[in-house]
Amino acid sequence: MTPRLRRWVFLAGMAGLAAFYLWGLHGLPGFGRYPGPYGDVINRIAVGQTNATGVVSAVNFEYRGFDTLGEEFILFAAATGVAVVLRRLRGERERSATDEAAGRDVPPTSDAVRQVALILTGPMLVVGWYLASHAQTSPSGGFQGGVVLATAFVLIYLAGRFLAFERFSPVDVTDAVEAVGAAGFAAVGLAAVAMGLPLLTNFLGLGTVPGAVSSSGTIALISFFVGLEVAAAFVLIVSELLDQALLLRGSR
Amino acid sequence: MHIFPFIVVVWILAVGLYGVVTSRHLMHLIMCLIVVQSSTYVLLLAVGYKTGAVAPYFYDVPVHTPAVDPVVQALALTDVVVEAAVTALLLAFAIQAHKRFGTLDPQQLVQLKG
Repeated sequence: MTPRLRRWVFLAGMAGLAAFYLWGLHGLPGFGRYPGPYGDVINRIAVGQTNATGVVSAVNFEYRGFDTLGEEFILFAAATGVAVVLRRLRGERERSATDEAAGRDVPPTSDAVRQVALILTGPMLVVGWYLASHAQTSPSGGFQGGVVLATAFVLIYLAGRFLAFERFSPVDVTDAVEAVGAAGFAAVGLAAVAMGLPLLTNFLGLGTVPGAVSSSGTIALISFFVGLEVAAAFVLIVSELLDQALLLRGSR
Repeated sequence: MHIFPFIVVVWILAVGLYGVVTSRHLMHLIMCLIVVQSSTYVLLLAVGYKTGAVAPYFYDVPVHTPAVDPVVQALALTDVVVEAAVTALLLAFAIQAHKRFGTLDPQQLVQLKG
C-alpha cells in the first residue's frame, strides 16, 4: 500500500469514526453531569466499609482488587518481556566505549547534573516510600510510589556511573523484589481463600480511625506489595535498556 | 450541552492514529501509540467528572461531599503505569529489530519480511 493510499484510507476511516462519535455524543450526558450511580455509591460507602479515606485506592485494591491483580501481572509480564527480548544474543559482547576509541574518553556527566541527582536521591526515596505506604489516606498508592522509588535509583545512575547503578540495584535482587511484590499481592488474595472467604476479601483489622496509616486492612498491605513490584519492574527495565546502550556503543 | 472534552478525546486519538499510519520510524510510531493511549485517560476522567465536585478523598471533607467518580480515576491510574512498562517492551522490540534488520522504518521492515 502506498503512503498516499494509506493516508486516504485513514482519512475515510476517521470520517466514519467522527460521524459515529458525534452521533454517540448526542445521547451522552454532557461533561460535568456524571449520571452515576456506581461512583456515587462507592463514594458514600467506601469510607465506612474500609476505613480508607482514599477512595481511589479503596477501588483499586479492594473493590476492583481482582482487576488490579491482572494489571499488576501485565506489568510483571512486560518487565520480564523486556529482560527476555534484550537478552544477550550470540555474537554480542559487552565492551566499554573507551576500548574502541583509544585516547578519547566518554564525555563525563556534568558536575551540576551529578550534584542535583545526588541531592534528590534521598528525598525521592522518602517521597516514594511515603506514597507507597499512604494509599489508604491520600492521593497515593503503590503504583505512584513505586515509580517514584524507581526514579531514585535512576538518579543514582545520573549521579554516578552505570556500574554504580548496577551495584545499587543488582539484577538478581531486583528480580527477587519484583517477584515478591507480584506474589505478595496474589498471596494476600489467596490467604482470604485459605480462611474460607472469597478471593481478596479484606481479612485484616480495619483500625478505628478512618484515614490513619494503620487503617484499611489489606488495602495498605496490597499497596505496599504493588509498590515493591512497580519499583523493581521499572528499575529492571531501566537497567536492561542502559545495558543495551552499553552494548550498542560497544559494538559500533 | 457541554461536550468540548469529548471532542478533545477524539482529536488526540485522531492525531495519534495519523502519526501511526504515516510513521517512517519505529520510535516515532511508539510515541504516537502513547498519544493514542493518552486519549483514553482524557475520556475516562471526562466521563467521571461532576461539576463542582471534589476529588474522591475524604480525609478532611465530610463523607457526603459530592465527589467525582473514583472508579475511572482508579482505571486511569493503573493504566498510566502499565502503559509505561508496555512502552518499554515495545522499545525493546524496536532495538532488536534495528539489530537484526538495520532499519527502523516500518515500511521497509514490512518489505523485508515479504
